[in-house]
Amino acid sequence: MTNAIIELDHLAKKFGNETVLKDINMTLKKGEIIGLIGPSGAGKSTVIKVTLGMEVASGGSAKVFDTVMPNRELLGRIGYMAQTDALYDALTGRENLKFYGQMKGISKQAMTEEVDHAAKVVDLTDDLDKRVSGYSGGMMRRLSLAIALLGSPELLILDEPTVGIDPALRRQIWKELGSIRDEGRSILITTHVMDEAELCDRVALLLGGKVMAFDKPASLEAQYQVATIEDVFLKAEGVEQ
Amino acid sequence: MRTIAIMNRVLKELFRDKRTLALMFLAPILVMLLMSVIFNTNSTTDVNVGTVAVTQKLNQEMGSIKHVNVKTYATKRAAKKALANEKIDAIIKKNGNNYSLTYANTDSTKTAAVKLAFKNGLTATSISQLKSALKKSTTGMVKLQAQLQAMQKQQVAAKAPTNATAAAVAAKQATATKATATNNSTKSTSQTTPKITNHYVYGDKDTGYFAKMLPILMGFFVFFFVFLISGMALLKERTTGTLDRLLATPVKRSAIVFGYMLSYGILAVVQTIVIVLVTVWLLGMEVVGNMVSVVVVNLLLALVALAFGILLSTFANSEFQMMQFIPLVVIPQVFFSGIIPLDSMADWVKDISYIIPLKYSGDAVSDIIMRGTSIFNEGGNLLVLLAFLVVLTVLNVVGLKRYRKV
Repeated sequence: MTNAIIELDHLAKKFGNETVLKDINMTLKKGEIIGLIGPSGAGKSTVIKVTLGMEVASGGSAKVFDTVMPNRELLGRIGYMAQTDALYDALTGRENLKFYGQMKGISKQAMTEEVDHAAKVVDLTDDLDKRVSGYSGGMMRRLSLAIALLGSPELLILDEPTVGIDPALRRQIWKELGSIRDEGRSILITTHVMDEAELCDRVALLLGGKVMAFDKPASLEAQYQVATIEDVFLKAEGVEQ
Repeated sequence: MRTIAIMNRVLKELFRDKRTLALMFLAPILVMLLMSVIFNTNSTTDVNVGTVAVTQKLNQEMGSIKHVNVKTYATKRAAKKALANEKIDAIIKKNGNNYSLTYANTDSTKTAAVKLAFKNGLTATSISQLKSALKKSTTGMVKLQAQLQAMQKQQVAAKAPTNATAAAVAAKQATATKATATNNSTKSTSQTTPKITNHYVYGDKDTGYFAKMLPILMGFFVFFFVFLISGMALLKERTTGTLDRLLATPVKRSAIVFGYMLSYGILAVVQTIVIVLVTVWLLGMEVVGNMVSVVVVNLLLALVALAFGILLSTFANSEFQMMQFIPLVVIPQVFFSGIIPLDSMADWVKDISYIIPLKYSGDAVSDIIMRGTSIFNEGGNLLVLLAFLVVLTVLNVVGLKRYRKV
């Protein structure tokens, strides 16, 4: 698989004596959206942390762009959005975007254009010069997503991006994610919203530190003989217990 | 480049937090004003007095006073050298009948102690002089009485006094009066108080205990606020997730630490300048040495405080836990910084002071402000501070590995 963007190979992760990830095998190809679903505490965030190089794998390997993580330089090609909003309250939306843009290494010339584009996608253009402390929860979430989109990274890693975002905007964001995919960029997304999982190209169901199932949403539904991903989720969880 | 961007961001955040800013600049001024009013009291400390050409009696008398050690020097030059080396706190020199006192005056309590000791010593000496004079005059009186009796006998014997005898009696009486006069004169010389002139190496007679505290206090404020605010700032980055997000970009760990150092360094420079100006203009502190040197030393201390704050913030999970470091880390620094004289403490207590950054900056700044020492002669103190800084910075850069493994 030469065009694999993310390649997790028998990945295991222990924190002390506690094993969070047992055996994760997953590949993300170019121009693909993968949904990572699973109950709370299944290890979704840990998978993301290891993929980003925040944590080191205890066993197996995590490769991004054919390079074993952790690797600092590669982070410039990844757009990351965390579960927490991770914004600077005292700064305006624009200043937040600009600061993270500088951290990502976006050049001065390209900065204004990048900031404006990212703001437009999440519909924040009008509120860009307000302080973040005055933002609503949904606005903060959108700004956080805009930061991940800065610099048109080849890989987006989004940890629950649509929590607290209203349905209209959610649809708009998914449309944008779709066009990002069509440009040949890749997205790894975690979600609790099952109808969002239907929109992914492939879904990885994470349970008890293992990938229980990893296929197209339709194939999964057929495999578990249910109508929706939500039922797949519930059935898989039932089997585990 | 990224370091500068981080510095800009931290400064922007700081300058928008008006209340914290006011705390950093106004609180030290307020506290120092209060302290200058309150702390002009005296306590007992051991003082060393150097004497030149002073009577042995006075040396003995002063030496017998508690907390006072007397060292005799042959020349004024030798004594002055000892004063400069802080071996003694004051010089007492006798010029004929007058005394010339020179105080280091870096510690007003010591100056006061020397003054008191000298006064007591002098009184004790003059009392003993008075005693001997009194003895002399009593013996004189006895002699006089004997002479008078003899004269009366002569007068009785010579019923018809001749001119010649009258003249002799007059002459004898004259000698008697003369003798009394001499007695009186010895008395009066011992009673005239010798002229005492006071000289102060630093400050003047109004220099209080506060003057000694001020250089250290200045450093304390810089340390305290930079430690607390930088620690809180990094803690906030951690708890809000911005640190994780920052580390998910290709930024170097060292760039984050240096970005913080630059921004808080700038803040510390401004803070030190404000504090120095306030103490000089408002509180009337005398700065003998170079003011730029004072700022440089405090800047170095601020960076140590910053690195310390950042390091300790990794051990705190909330702002409240960060506050808990104040009694553990900040307050003990005050005790060992030299505000309370270290030479009166037990040896093992003194040893603790060697690991206190505030001691080194306090020593250096005190020397610069009060003795006019050049910053280049404070190499030892600065080097220790620099060592603190390097070690803590390295620990911080390595410590960030907890949050990202590269």
